Amino acid sequence: MPPLTSTSALTAETRHAVSIVLNGTPRTGHAHPRLLLSDFLRHELGAHGTRVGCEHGVCGACTVRIEGVAQRACLTLAVQADGRRIDTVEGLAQANGGRMTALQEAFRRHHALQCGFCTAGILMSLTDYLDRNPKPTEEELRDMLSGHLCRCTGYAGIVRAVMEVTGQTMKEVAHV
Amino acid sequence: MKPASFDYLRPATVADALAALAAGGDDARVIAGGQSLMPMLNMRLVQPRLLIDLGRLEELRTLRVEDGWLSVGAAVTQAEVLARRTLAQEVPLLAAALPWVGHFQTRNRGTLCGSVAHADPSAETPLCLVATGGEVVLRNLRRRRTVAAADFFLGPLTTVKAADEIVECIRFPLARPGSGHAFREQSMRHGDFAIAACAATVDGERASLAVGGVADRPTTRSWPLVAGGLPPDLDDALNAFAWDLGGDDDQHATARYRRDLVRRIGRTVLEEALSCRR
Amino acid sequence: MTATQTATQTIETKASPAPFVGRAMPRVEDAALLTGVARYADDLPVKPGTLHAAILRSPHAHADLLGIDTAAALAVPGVAAVVTGADAQRHASAFLVGVRAPMEHWCLAIDRVRHVGEPVAVVLADSRYLAEDALDRIEVRYRPLPPVTSIALALEEGSEPLHPAVGSNLVNSRRFRYGDPEAAFARAARTVSVEVEYPRNSCTPMECFVVLADYDAAEDSYEVLSNFSGPFAVHPVMARALKVPGSRLRLKTPPHSGGSFGNKQAVFPYVVLMGLCARVAGRPVKWVEDRLEHLMAATSATARRMRIDAAVEPDGRVLALRMEQTEDCGAYLRAPEPASLYRNHGNLTGAYDIPNLAVSNRIVVTNKTPTGLNRGFGGGQLYYGLERLMNRVAAELGLDPLDVIRRNLVAADAMPYRTASGGTLDSGDYRATLEQAVREGALDTLKARRDALRAEGRLYGIGYAAVVEPSISNMGYITTVLTAEERHKAGPKNGAQATASVAVDPTGGVSVTVASAPQGQGHRTVLAQVVADVFGLRFEDIRVNTDLDTGKDAWSIASGNYSSRFAGAVAGAAQVAATRLRGRMAALVAGPLNCRVEDVRFAGGKVFSDANPDNSLSFSRVAAAGHWAPGTLPDGQEAALRETAFWTPEPLKAPTDADHINSSACYGFIFDFCGVEIDRTTGALRIDRYVTMHDAGRLLNPLLVEGQILGGFAHAVGTALYEEYAYGDDGRFLSGTFADYLVPTACEVPVPVILHRESPSPVTPLGAKGVGEGNCMSTPVCLANAVADALSGIAVDEVPSLPITPAKLAALIHPPEPPRPASAAGSGETSPPAAVKGGRGLTGEGSREVPATPEQVWAILLDPKELAALLPGCEALDLVGPNAYRAEVVVGIGPVRGRYTAEVALSDLDPPNALTLTGSGSSALGTGRGTGHVRLERTAGGTRVTYRYSAEVGGKVAAVGGRMLDSASRLLIGQFFEKLVARAGGPAARPETPSLLARLLRLLGLNR
Ligand SMILES: Cc1cc2nc3c(=O)[nH]c(=O)nc-3n(C[C@@H](O)[C@H](O)[C@H](O)COP(=O)(O)OP(=O)(O)OC[C@H]3O[C@@H](n4cnc5c(N)ncnc54)[C@H](O)[C@@H]3O)c2cc1C
Ligand code: FES
Ligand code: FES
Repeated sequence: MPPLTSTSALTAETRHAVSIVLNGTPRTGHAHPRLLLSDFLRHELGAHGTRVGCEHGVCGACTVRIEGVAQRACLTLAVQADGRRIDTVEGLAQANGGRMTALQEAFRRHHALQCGFCTAGILMSLTDYLDRNPKPTEEELRDMLSGHLCRCTGYAGIVRAVMEVTGQTMKEVAHV
Repeated sequence: MKPASFDYLRPATVADALAALAAGGDDARVIAGGQSLMPMLNMRLVQPRLLIDLGRLEELRTLRVEDGWLSVGAAVTQAEVLARRTLAQEVPLLAAALPWVGHFQTRNRGTLCGSVAHADPSAETPLCLVATGGEVVLRNLRRRRTVAAADFFLGPLTTVKAADEIVECIRFPLARPGSGHAFREQSMRHGDFAIAACAATVDGERASLAVGGVADRPTTRSWPLVAGGLPPDLDDALNAFAWDLGGDDDQHATARYRRDLVRRIGRTVLEEALSCRR
Repeated sequence: MTATQTATQTIETKASPAPFVGRAMPRVEDAALLTGVARYADDLPVKPGTLHAAILRSPHAHADLLGIDTAAALAVPGVAAVVTGADAQRHASAFLVGVRAPMEHWCLAIDRVRHVGEPVAVVLADSRYLAEDALDRIEVRYRPLPPVTSIALALEEGSEPLHPAVGSNLVNSRRFRYGDPEAAFARAARTVSVEVEYPRNSCTPMECFVVLADYDAAEDSYEVLSNFSGPFAVHPVMARALKVPGSRLRLKTPPHSGGSFGNKQAVFPYVVLMGLCARVAGRPVKWVEDRLEHLMAATSATARRMRIDAAVEPDGRVLALRMEQTEDCGAYLRAPEPASLYRNHGNLTGAYDIPNLAVSNRIVVTNKTPTGLNRGFGGGQLYYGLERLMNRVAAELGLDPLDVIRRNLVAADAMPYRTASGGTLDSGDYRATLEQAVREGALDTLKARRDALRAEGRLYGIGYAAVVEPSISNMGYITTVLTAEERHKAGPKNGAQATASVAVDPTGGVSVTVASAPQGQGHRTVLAQVVADVFGLRFEDIRVNTDLDTGKDAWSIASGNYSSRFAGAVAGAAQVAATRLRGRMAALVAGPLNCRVEDVRFAGGKVFSDANPDNSLSFSRVAAAGHWAPGTLPDGQEAALRETAFWTPEPLKAPTDADHINSSACYGFIFDFCGVEIDRTTGALRIDRYVTMHDAGRLLNPLLVEGQILGGFAHAVGTALYEEYAYGDDGRFLSGTFADYLVPTACEVPVPVILHRESPSPVTPLGAKGVGEGNCMSTPVCLANAVADALSGIAVDEVPSLPITPAKLAALIHPPEPPRPASAAGSGETSPPAAVKGGRGLTGEGSREVPATPEQVWAILLDPKELAALLPGCEALDLVGPNAYRAEVVVGIGPVRGRYTAEVALSDLDPPNALTLTGSGSSALGTGRGTGHVRLERTAGGTRVTYRYSAEVGGKVAAVGGRMLDSASRLLIGQFFEKLVARAGGPAARPETPSLLARLLRLLGLNR
């Protein structure tokens, strides 16, 4: 990010133009300063693939990549994202010639999702995380996943899918 | 669950930020990583009129060693500090404790200075700062002052920082050769705030233990080593420390459990710190 | 997982490859979910002009509602309407209640609030943000009433009745007697008893409730879209509350839903509420529940207190049970409650052959969130008692717990087995299943491991649990709560009608429509498997629609997603519909194929005669004929290529006059065992190994079955070790965020070993039984039994209440706490306010010496100006009566501040020796109440000021800030007394913390 050159003040009552590069495409919408990025993406830009499960940072459903870095859209203001590159779940297959990525395919094979509400956030965390740590141990992976709540799967399918994509296998049972 | 209205300022310089803060007084609030402030805004627990964003200020993106201190600026994230390769040599306690702060995704945004300014009694960064004898550098429009970490925290979400000041950076003293350090915490789930967190340091002729999550702020106590070892009456000393910390019951743990952890984990980390002296 | 090979007797697909049913097919749902295009309720387009709703909720557990002033809220720009209980009374009616008692439950509070979070008013505005702005402007006057916060309190004679017309908080009791329990107890060698309590918790789906409602004044009809999950038995309840016939409440469900686990049944009061709002505002309305609202007020599993006595023989055989169950249903009996208590009535004796049974069931109301469907529904509660009891039997008789289970299991040759209370266990060989689990799950190795670890001094235990998992609920079981006479008056209720429609279009495309309201379980996949097999088509040839429209689709009261009814009932109904349609198509082509209808075969996309497979027609050709040439059919034959099947399980009858009830159509069997280790230092529990064996009848898709088991297991781990909707003794709610309500993460949920056995159900068309709930019934108690074993050397068969937290375990394994040393705080001149957790809220005390006479201190306290200066954040103080004030205060800690209008009073005046100071107030942040007793004693140097206080904080701050609540309250109260001391000329600070001076100066505003 280039450093800012001038101070900008946005008044509470006005909707300000916010321009982002969403999954590679420049998009502009309007937002009051208090509008959450999650609401901006979903309801202003119509990118509803990003889900909202708690709006206080714990569940991880809203996780997107801002400048490549996985973070909570519900703990970000839309105006803070102005001028930034934002990647959401819709972009994964788009960037892969319209076909699901290996990670998405592995999720499907291993039944790593049921209702799918947590899935977008988990995929976005994983894509950032695996860029930085391409072959995590199961323990490291679970540590990273602790930033997401999934109520359906018990996480086993998710762990299995990632271990497979990274060329490993999951510990099936705690001690044997 | 949506924030109340506020004006938003993205200052280009720290001076602009401080001027706005001085003008806004109690109605203004700075935002750094937003990992504590945003939930409070969303829940409308906090309703500032003006939000001043420190996140993009290059001046505050400092992470460097100077004069025997590791200085961490207000725009530096927990993830950036964790990624520093020399951290385990420079401030081993921080290297051990930072992975316990929230999660991968929140560490990507949250700052160390924000955590210190926020002053959650269970937070790991304030604990490390107190445990290592670190400092908080405060700055307002007119001046810069340095406060010892031990004097900075007053209670839950309460510090000596005045409304017109920001935490410009925090400074951890570099670990001295021959010192030993250990950190452990007990929380309900992985990544939760600590029920009790213990940071031990053995340095020169003293052993010290800092505890978070029990009293209303991180609190430290030290004892002289006896014949190079931990004091023989350590159990009594830890018991006295535990009782002095007090602690409260909440829905997950009792005050007694917290004291139990201080007595037990406290001893464990002190022993570990002693045995890993370098 | 073990592979599944079951012959598909019912489906004739001779020429085709292996059938899809029974195969681990990946799901058709996944592509949309993985790429983000799936549409959940909040993603669907809204009509132009839609208003957004925000709900004002009660901060009080129990209070009279004296008045609501909405003027200021209505003045907020963008606000279109504010809806209150008065509107509800005008346009709606109270909900039907399942027991005969004068209890009224409305979609908005009328004259009383009965739990924290109860809806009191709704703001409708142009956006959710604006609506929330206006919420803070609504002024509500409450008069707090004593809260009823536990089962014990509800049963007390003098507890404040929540529903005065009922007169008691015990709203229903029934006794049942089956066989001859008295004789069995008299005959038995001994009686073994347990008493357990099951806490409130919930499966909290990741997606919260969503309602989009519109009202058509011309037609007097409502159209609502909501992620409601059923049972559609509450559709009539909703329609009645809106005062329209069911045909004028058109309820739709979205294509995708973000989980339910029963919880989304509880959106129904909001369907009514938003319908009402749309009517009042004259515009469409949208409401999206947020997580705070969900945790605080959506729904909860029932809390249950249970005592069970067993009449046992020396070998562990149980001859009879005596059960006393007391169920906490929260503030209202919301439909379908009291179903939690009766869902398992036919299987109260679990997997055991126990012919004699006495039951006493009681239902109480408390000032907590109303309860409702939740994965395991009543099973977790029942088996927590029953399986702890079996464990206790073994402990008291000195037997191996596994042998006690073995000796009591229903024998295979007794199947179908009729239970004492009237259930029919349909199939299974429980003993063989148990032995298979012991073998394949390597119990011997686990025992050796326990022995080895124990020898090292570690705390390790093994636990067992055997349960039957009921599925496909009998719609009549709830009426067991009524007496036989009451049932006769009301008319019989029974069955569990499932519906499915299958249609073939002119191109040969097959579509299936069901009213199963899936919440992520993959219904579309399984239905495609079932129907593809029937028609001999490819899996991808079948399109399944699961979004429902009660105005157009086939449904009935049993429709919906609950009681694990999908595999057995809905998939079965689809198979019935498809098979009937296939028969009709066979009749269409029997002539052209020159064969008998019975000989027509469907396979590989072709239709042919069994005798001459080479002379075939394509499936699409046959389909086209059905649409284009209906006139060519033989006489009396219907051409319609659409078939709707209604299927109900034959064995589901209404309760008999003797209260026998087969409460579910099928019963799966589960046997679990596990090993756990407890850390001696921290009390933390680690699940070392978990083996779960399921006999769920025929498995339709093993991949999805495994997913259900893993998901249920994760919920159960949460129930056992982490999750609780916690309340303070004063009724304040403490688990308002996901940082307080602890859903287990990937680090807390281990992977269990899953084993299967398949005993097809004779009751369902496909032989399948339900599978999704079992571990919520078996796992919490299996873990608890393992804890009992691990603690066996320390605490004899003692297990902490759920959730079993490290703190509770530590309290058992750690020796008594060493006392506070004499030298520690408490000595010296001053004592910091020490917190003592009292009966209600926070209490504390402290004392200080000041260099002023008692008269001088007294004068300060009685002077309004001084008092204003002492009260933290006091901006105005007006005298409103003798020693009574109204104060405007802005209080909080750090940046968290609220503006309160507080009533402050001084009483018990004994000048200049003692007085009592009370204050109470509320703000958008919540409520606060405090009492301080101040004593002044003359000393040599001046006065010793001693104070004792108690404080209660409720509402939002309590729900989301529990962790820091006490220390924050103490800080504020401390401020008051520090200031008093400072005003009276005392030393401003505690000597041991110099920084306190800085704090005081800051508090007094002297450093600005
Ligand atoms: C799910 C989750 C789990 C978490 N778990 C933990 C945990 O286990 N341990 C832990 O310690 N933390 C935890 N946190 C909080 C941590 O992530 C935050 O990063 C940290 O507390 C605050 O840092 P921030 O940069 O995000 O500050 P912000 O949220 O931006 O600000 C916090 C407060 O500090 C003030 N502030 C911030 N920066 C400055 C400054 N430079 N000068 C003056 N005032 C400032 C703000 O005005 C605000 O009042 C968790 C957060 C989440 C969402
Ligand atoms: S919605 Fe953002 S973390 Fe839950
Ligand atoms: S798949 Fe439903 S929450 Fe994860």
